[in-house]
Amino acid sequence: MRSKNLKTWEETTLARTLVRAPEERGPFTTVSDLEVPRLGTPELLPPGWDPAEKLGFPGEFPFTRGIHPTMFRSRLWTMRMFAGFGTAEDTNRRFKYLLGEGQTGLSTAFDLPTLMGRDSDDGLAEGEVGREGVAVDTLADMEILFDGIPLGEVSTSMTINCSAPMLLAMYLAVAEKQGVPFDRLRGTIQNDILKEYIAQKEWIYPPLPSLRLIVDMIDYCSRQVPQWNTISISGYHIREAGSTAVQELAFTLADGFGYVEACLARGMAVDDFAPRLSFFWNSHNDFFEEVAKFRAARRIWATRMRDRYGAKDPRSWMCRFHTQTAGCSLTAQQPLNNIARVTIQALAAVMGGTQSLHTDSFDETLCLPTETAVRVALRTQQIIAEESGVTNTIDPLGGSYFVEALTDGIVAAIERGYPQKEIADASFRYQQQIDRGEKVIVGVNRYQIPPAEDTPVEILRISHEVEERQLARLRKVKAERDGRAVEAALTRLAEACRGEANTFQPILEAVRAYATVGEIAQAMKTVFGTWEETSVL
Amino acid sequence: MNRDSGRRRLLIGKVGLDGHDRGAKIIARALRDAGHEVIYTGLHKTPEQVVDTAIQEDVDAIGLSILSGAHMTLFPKVIRLLRERGAVDVVVFGGGIIPEEDLGPLREAGLAEIFRPGTSTESLVMWVAEKIPARG
Repeated sequence: MRSKNLKTWEETTLARTLVRAPEERGPFTTVSDLEVPRLGTPELLPPGWDPAEKLGFPGEFPFTRGIHPTMFRSRLWTMRMFAGFGTAEDTNRRFKYLLGEGQTGLSTAFDLPTLMGRDSDDGLAEGEVGREGVAVDTLADMEILFDGIPLGEVSTSMTINCSAPMLLAMYLAVAEKQGVPFDRLRGTIQNDILKEYIAQKEWIYPPLPSLRLIVDMIDYCSRQVPQWNTISISGYHIREAGSTAVQELAFTLADGFGYVEACLARGMAVDDFAPRLSFFWNSHNDFFEEVAKFRAARRIWATRMRDRYGAKDPRSWMCRFHTQTAGCSLTAQQPLNNIARVTIQALAAVMGGTQSLHTDSFDETLCLPTETAVRVALRTQQIIAEESGVTNTIDPLGGSYFVEALTDGIVAAIERGYPQKEIADASFRYQQQIDRGEKVIVGVNRYQIPPAEDTPVEILRISHEVEERQLARLRKVKAERDGRAVEAALTRLAEACRGEANTFQPILEAVRAYATVGEIAQAMKTVFGTWEETSVL
Repeated sequence: MNRDSGRRRLLIGKVGLDGHDRGAKIIARALRDAGHEVIYTGLHKTPEQVVDTAIQEDVDAIGLSILSGAHMTLFPKVIRLLRERGAVDVVVFGGGIIPEEDLGPLREAGLAEIFRPGTSTESLVMWVAEKIPARG
């Protein structure tokens, strides 16, 4: 027989089958615990659901189907692998290797002292120099980092937040030395301090002065560095800290609207800065949930920017984003399985219409990635792009009853909002589900093998000698620079911080005089103070 | 001091600049739910600060979490400082992104156990019950 509608099918064919073969593999939920229906049907969508309103067309409001009218038919996403370790020389070599392998943009990982605004000779930097990223203390390091890389031709992303003003200033100073005008520079600086207080926990000053520094940079760049993405509002770290997909979206969009309001409060016009705001999402294991999340993000951002903040420029409505596959989903057991996970996650990002993508390397639960592991990760993107055929049509999952219902559901959940502590609660719940075997992690709680049989993985080692080399260069720069010029620049910077002037120009001047990241942070700390969080378990 | 025989006093600590606190917080909650007294240091502590707190709070054990790769510097330093201050009976264990080949040297340095990615909270709770003697 053939059922005329869902109800008939449920009562006849399905009911008979359930008696014989119950659906014992449930509960059927996403990684984030959203209910998953048995079957996508028109009944999943509310009466009057209008594709013209909810989806629109690619390149048009509300951009559910993508920000470009042609998406990957004209241009693939930017393949941008996050890289950085050791000294500037080490990372410069890795950059050149990646460009040689067909990568199309650079993405810089800084070490923890740099990320926290501390010099390599700071007491808290011990053991951390050059370990998780490249060590940068002064402009001298930045000159080596981008040596032989024409800044007018590549686009560069820099993952840096509380010390973003110093690092962007250094990048501009290197461009000056290469003779590249600021308006030709393309790239992104993460510069998203709000998610640091929520999730990643790299800060220097309290939230308010930190927000001011960001608005100062946005203001400076909108006039001087017009092609630069001044902020990459990041859900990635919130998800890595254990949030669900919906929380990732909710917190991050809320942060985004926070920046918009801070810029408006400064007196900037929304269309002068909003086109350069960009986003950074995580792509986790649950394929459809992730695709729906990306599509929902575009629709919510566009609607709010147009209707609430009155943006007129369609570029202000577009949620442009970078995606990285979920580091927290990778396992140390049977590490080669991570290649399969990364492939699924990367495919979700592509189906979700990402503008750029980093694919994690399979060895990242063990160490920083080796060149071999990075190449496999980059090749994964190239296989999706060149072999799978998924780039030939735009938003291929659009119109799927299930995916559209999931997208609508995520939009509705965001409108409810979430308090802070929910991330910690969600991560604890997820770990318990894994411990109880309710959520399966292959190789960890199912299909395990004895450790002795596991694949040996080559480990990238950062030798202690990196720290010594870096400290030697820092001493040399300090000995050779004009100490009085540094001091004068730092005094002018502190003065700007005390008043209302834009702080970015004085930071740029301090950087040109070879002031260190730590010295600049210190000058600002004397005015702004420092921050320590209240821990919530 | 009169303590319940199963109850331990534990310090869960984050040393260095590493801000990854998801693991430390999950562990702290799981140990608390298992009936232990748990003190969490918060982020960005120096080894000196962690050892000071451990001694002031008279803990039975310290669990340290590092995901930044600085474990070979910071774990042994905490143990050395504890010894220098005569707190030799405080058990130190650790967790994080720690390659296989570092496990031997870390054990030699005095780390009682190292929990790597994929460890279930249950197995850690059992380990604490078995291996950390309740004092006093």
